[in-house]
Amino acid sequence: MKRIVYREWRLAPARYWGILGVLAVMVGAGLLAFAYMEHEGHWVTGMNNSVVWGTPHVFAVFLIIASSGALNIASIGSVFRKPIYKPLGRLSGLLALALLAGGLMVLVLDLGRPERLVVALTNYNFKSIFAWNIFLYTGFMAIVITYLWSMADRKGDPFIRPVGVFALLWRLALTTGTGSIFGFLVARQAYDAAILGPMFVAMSFAYGLAVFVLVLMFGFAEDRRPIGARMLRRLKNLLAVFVLAVLYFTLVYHLTSAYGAKDQGLEGWLLFDGGVYTTLFWVGWILLGSLVPLGILYHPVRGAEAPWVAAACVLVILGGLAALAVVIIASQAYPLQLFPGKTILESGFLDGVGGQPAPYHPTLPELLLGFGGVGLALLITAVGVRVLQFLPESLADEVLPIDEETIEQPVAKAA
Amino acid sequence: MSERGTEIDRERRRLLGAAAGAGVALVAPAVVVRALETTPRDAPVDGRVRWGLAIDTAKCAAGCTACVDACARENGLDLQHPPEGAEPADWATQRAVWVRKVRLRDDQTGRETNLPLMCQHCEHPPCVDVCPTGASFKRADGIVMVDRHTCIGCRYCMMACPYKARSFIHEALSDQLSHVPRGKGCVESCNLCVHRRDFGLPSTACAEACAETGHGAILFGDLADPDSAISRFLASEPTRQIREDLALNTGVRYAGV
Repeated sequence: MKRIVYREWRLAPARYWGILGVLAVMVGAGLLAFAYMEHEGHWVTGMNNSVVWGTPHVFAVFLIIASSGALNIASIGSVFRKPIYKPLGRLSGLLALALLAGGLMVLVLDLGRPERLVVALTNYNFKSIFAWNIFLYTGFMAIVITYLWSMADRKGDPFIRPVGVFALLWRLALTTGTGSIFGFLVARQAYDAAILGPMFVAMSFAYGLAVFVLVLMFGFAEDRRPIGARMLRRLKNLLAVFVLAVLYFTLVYHLTSAYGAKDQGLEGWLLFDGGVYTTLFWVGWILLGSLVPLGILYHPVRGAEAPWVAAACVLVILGGLAALAVVIIASQAYPLQLFPGKTILESGFLDGVGGQPAPYHPTLPELLLGFGGVGLALLITAVGVRVLQFLPESLADEVLPIDEETIEQPVAKAA
Repeated sequence: MSERGTEIDRERRRLLGAAAGAGVALVAPAVVVRALETTPRDAPVDGRVRWGLAIDTAKCAAGCTACVDACARENGLDLQHPPEGAEPADWATQRAVWVRKVRLRDDQTGRETNLPLMCQHCEHPPCVDVCPTGASFKRADGIVMVDRHTCIGCRYCMMACPYKARSFIHEALSDQLSHVPRGKGCVESCNLCVHRRDFGLPSTACAEACAETGHGAILFGDLADPDSAISRFLASEPTRQIREDLALNTGVRYAGV
């Protein structure tokens, strides 16, 4: 094992500015979409009084939980004592910060009164899980910055582990808190479930790692830095385990719902008759987002090939967006169960007449705002790796640290 | 100086007196009325009162929208117009509705029921629990409403409301009533005609309109007063709360559902 050397991202200026330009256009388009929505009001979006959170929230929640998951690599390296991951700790922290910034941008710019952000920062209702999350998000930023310092500065060395442990606990709280934004809602059948907290933790691991691996591969390929087979195998195995964990929680969640008569209407609709939502669930979340990537990652040949692993990451990300669209939008589209045992024949406010779901059609401004958040996250990352030493020079097998720290044998030492 | 100069100008005195009298006569009623009006507005909301509604669905007529129309007039909801370029189908999902009529059929018996559905003014309102800024709040007299100065338009209260009672203002407003301030980007819902409470006026627009049509299906009153008409009705008739399982202790009760 050699000493790990970190270097700034050395791309030809034209190439680098080209990448920044594309990302800046994404952010700019997102900001224009925000200005349009803010000026006109939310009637220009597909969101309405039944589906009150739409596409922007799918992107925002995805970015926020992916942010927590992106820090996984740093945690595994420093908290769980796997030195092989240590060279990636800095990128892991940077990406966590960048993704959170992107997610919060989308969330804030979708508010009905975004100019009142200062009200949200000065008036707290401490019973609100949403208010807790404001602290969890801002606290996470501060902790990750400290974590990055401890990893990058020699003086920070003794603090890496304690800060890492704190960051790990904090992000578990953050992701559980984000899942509980939905899990705490007693009103809707699809929510009101404690399992959404841990399910979001598993989702964050999978989606955050998929984003991390893609960014790492792109960054290394552009700068012709090598990623060895050892690291690739580690990362793809980890991703596969996380995807399996999401599948497990998904299975338990839906089995629980489908078991009792109370929620069978919801399950029957979502799993079989929900139209686009059924497709998003089976094709997006389960098939393309979980089973196909698992097939690739565990394939004896394909699983060792970088392009295939990258393809699996892309699928996990797309599947994640589909999963969150189901969790966030489909759950609202399904009508509230106001009168069990009765059918609503007429309503002046779309109460699910005849069991019909509420309409929702995403519009361009919503999508642009969502992609603007993605653009901001990647822009921050691209600038970060260019100006500071976040990326290790090589992840080739021979320069990587050992996989796991071993316990010293006292007897052998004495001998 | 002539004698005339020292004389009292009685004419002038009379004129001044009459002017003063007329002035007092003009101003006094306004002062008195103002004092009467401001008494309830200046006093803190009385926590010994709990405002609520009782709905007798047997009296609620199919096809009648008197309560919905009256609510719209009272709160300026009839002044909202679809923004230019909005599709009618989309606008129907985005316009604000504070009370709506619902017609139900029992799946087992086929019995049909009509009822108005609005904010249920819960004792433990989920919308108040989840609001990050505390804009969604419950008054001491049980009215659940939104503080439009601190609402940031996050719509989490709408996610949390089990009754879909709240509306988000999706469009810029050009017309509204001074006693019901509304604004783009905020959430709103039935507030039991809170302006009437604060001006010491009786009833709600919906209950009044329902009574005027002769149906009398909506009863407004003080749930905390055992002698109020609403309390006597609730004591004598079997009623229930919608989503009773959530144990929210709603301020709106239904008979015959």
